[in-house]
Amino acid sequence: MDFQIAAFLAVDGIANGAIYVLIALGTVLIFSVTRVLFVPFGDIAAFSALTLAMIQLGRLPGTVLLLLLLASIALALELFTLTRQRKWRAMPWAMLYYGILPTLPALVAWLTLGTTLAVGWQMLLALALVLPIAPLLDRIAFRPLADASVLVLLIVSVAVHFAISGLALMFFGPEGYRTEPLTRAMFDIAGIPVGAQTVLMVAAAAAFSGLLYVYFETTISGKALRATASNRVGARIVGIRPGRTGTFAYLLASLLGGVSGLLIGPVTTLYYDSGFLIGLKAFVGAVMGGLTSYPLTALGAVVIGLLESYASFFSSQLKETLVFGSLIPILIWRSLTSIQVEEEEEDIS
Amino acid sequence: MKSPRLLRAFPMLAAVLLALAPMVVSPFTVTLMNYIGIGAIVALGLVLLTGFGGLTSFGQAAFVGIGAYATAYATTALGLPAVAGLVLSLVATGAVALFLGAITLRLGGHFLPLSTIAWGIAIYFLFANIPGLGAYDGVSGIPPIVLAGVSLQSNGAIYYLIWLLLAAGMWAIANLLDSREGRAIRSLRGGAVMLASLGVDLFRVRLAIFLIAALLAGLAGWLYAHMLRFISPSPFEMRPSIEFLLMAMAGGATSIYGAVVGSALVILLKNTIQDILPLLSSNATQMEIVVFAVLLILLLQHARGGVISLVRRFLPVNVTPPEAAAEGLETRTMPQPGTELLKLDAIMRRFGGLVAVNKVSFEMKSGEIMGLIGPNGAGKSTLFNLVTGALKSNSGQITFLGRDISRAPQRAIAKAGMARTFQHVKLRPAMTLIDNTLIGAYPRTTSGFLRCLLRLDRAEEARATRVALDALDFVGLGDKAMELAGNLPLGNQRVLEIARALAADPILIVLDEPAAGLRKAEKLALAAQLRGIQARGVSILLVEHDMDFVMGLCDRIVVLEFGSKLMEGTPAEVRGSARVQEAYLGGVA
Repeated sequence: MDFQIAAFLAVDGIANGAIYVLIALGTVLIFSVTRVLFVPFGDIAAFSALTLAMIQLGRLPGTVLLLLLLASIALALELFTLTRQRKWRAMPWAMLYYGILPTLPALVAWLTLGTTLAVGWQMLLALALVLPIAPLLDRIAFRPLADASVLVLLIVSVAVHFAISGLALMFFGPEGYRTEPLTRAMFDIAGIPVGAQTVLMVAAAAAFSGLLYVYFETTISGKALRATASNRVGARIVGIRPGRTGTFAYLLASLLGGVSGLLIGPVTTLYYDSGFLIGLKAFVGAVMGGLTSYPLTALGAVVIGLLESYASFFSSQLKETLVFGSLIPILIWRSLTSIQVEEEEEDIS
Repeated sequence: MKSPRLLRAFPMLAAVLLALAPMVVSPFTVTLMNYIGIGAIVALGLVLLTGFGGLTSFGQAAFVGIGAYATAYATTALGLPAVAGLVLSLVATGAVALFLGAITLRLGGHFLPLSTIAWGIAIYFLFANIPGLGAYDGVSGIPPIVLAGVSLQSNGAIYYLIWLLLAAGMWAIANLLDSREGRAIRSLRGGAVMLASLGVDLFRVRLAIFLIAALLAGLAGWLYAHMLRFISPSPFEMRPSIEFLLMAMAGGATSIYGAVVGSALVILLKNTIQDILPLLSSNATQMEIVVFAVLLILLLQHARGGVISLVRRFLPVNVTPPEAAAEGLETRTMPQPGTELLKLDAIMRRFGGLVAVNKVSFEMKSGEIMGLIGPNGAGKSTLFNLVTGALKSNSGQITFLGRDISRAPQRAIAKAGMARTFQHVKLRPAMTLIDNTLIGAYPRTTSGFLRCLLRLDRAEEARATRVALDALDFVGLGDKAMELAGNLPLGNQRVLEIARALAADPILIVLDEPAAGLRKAEKLALAAQLRGIQARGVSILLVEHDMDFVMGLCDRIVVLEFGSKLMEGTPAEVRGSARVQEAYLGGVA
């Protein structure tokens, strides 16, 4: 491997790493606010890329059907709960949140079918279509389990992934898609060709991480999220509703997942089930950060991107084994350096 | 009406029915039952790991895969007999499990399950890409198992081996759960702090159950490879791991029978939906996992106890206490009364900028009851945690029986003869009083996992039971030995914690606010019991708010204020001190 190839792989790795950064940050965000390790995260990224690809091909995206299915389940559950609690007044709001708002983008997608939108609008529509997925999954799968242990939540999370990726096959079909790149321009930096799309990916990842930082540090709702993450009971006492902040965290995470899907779409062919591996690689990065530190998480995600890029050069077949195997030294390191604290976990049954 | 005798007859009846089954039912049903048996062996491991131990693995199918590939390689490439393949299967799964457990089980709860996902995928891609293991094509031509000259080639023949091994596994796991290590396993979920304070090495217990679960999966892999005589990578990826988890959860993760019930449910369901789904969708295998995933979610939301828990309420409850030996366990020699027992020398503990305990020194003599009092925020609880080893001091030295324990782990301190109780009672509500008390005897007993699995621990167990029954009798709960701890009123729960501490044969008992929340009569009874414990030569250190209680009980009292020692003396001296009155009442008018 000469310098040229090494540098080329590095650029490729950093671009992939940038995507993992967004997903890893979202994973840590949801985990700290809700105690759920949201495994279907990668799926959301893949869905947003597939959605954009189908919009560009002039077909009705599978997300529309997925959204309608999830929204009707969530709405039915919510109305059933409200009926049992005799909270009639909350009904119109439930209709709005779980019925109308999530289906609006689906309606837009259906109405604009056949017309060619500008690329910006296409991307916005794709984002709007994946945005409600995580909050709806929260309502359907996780909200009824608010008191459960981390372990139960994790099992449910893995099950949710398998459920929606199985459904995705029905809605998106088995074909792989690649979206139109935003730009095909190439730069030449110190003799290494760098695609403008790559630059765009890294820039967007950096911008969104920066926005997340500003949001957490300076806004009230960002601080409410942090408060819920550090102490749920305390946050409730000062008037923050953990349920609502949870929904907000899921929305934010959906956004991060959607954006990373749009960024990765033009450079990788994605299938209905590609998201799982993307999400897991981001998770390996997040483990480096111990699932708590945002900067370390971002660093870990970039390292995984680089590792993957070099691993695929050495052996494309054993790429995945090498990437996931890299978890072992990370865990050894963490196991040796972290202080053991016995945390009390409640009974699961 | 069902009687315990009927309950005991049930396994025999089931065994006879299962033994006759292959002669009666169709060959297809036998095949199905073989799958059920193999699934149940894997699910049994998950019941132990998840249902009892509170850990989980999404990589059990990968362990099955390691077992299957190990024997496939041994019997085809190396030409070894199937029995040698079994050894290799177990060694390989065991080695991998020990390694993965060693690096993840010291970390927080979710590191293990998530790394099992990652390495499960890694191993799948490894199987699929190693040419020596047939890559995606897999390995064919695996010979059948031959035992004592009998070939188990037919499905009807291997059926007996599968179900015998499953029965043996269930017997061993049931033994384990009803033993010294089993009580520790059953307390892992929700009782980690309590276990650590009693001297249990949590890491060792977790590693052991992870290993046992993996070995069961490896065994299942061995059976699977020799039953199908052909293996490929796809049955060992993530999806089947989810099915195994569903089996454990569906049957009931807190019952060993749950593994069999769950496996039967999942395999029969799978068989049914394989008939139906192709009619509804062209992607039947994908839809199958959707159905299973949704079922798993619904189960966890609405019926976390699984099928067994629906039946359990109709089953008779065991009310006969376990057998106790005439003699208890070896006891310690108590130090001479009046000799130095515990000494704190300039102990200091900071939390960030706050000095919670500031250079506190005092000495305690053997045979004393000593009280530690002070207004709110005086640092009593911190000092308490420093003495018991739950927290480490920033500077200063704590000596217990002449040994420096300032840096010793909680486990070593507990073993040296210090037992504690908790301000917020930490009992196992779903375990009986006798089991709760027996946990206290853990550091005095030695039976390891192997002895417990094979039921070789009975002599020691009977002696420990004697100790626990005596402790319960001493605190006046002897007649309730088989009741569940969660059903006791708070006063009795406190007393039960004391019985648990006594079962450890302590030299010093450290009590954290024992009178909190008790009624007057309960307090008097508690004080009388503590004096009774003192009369046995055991020393007592207690942290307490209740002045009357402390003044009437203690030989000497240490008063703390703002993290420093205010004074030390007899109850009368403390009562007379103007400084103490000032500290409590905010100045003498």
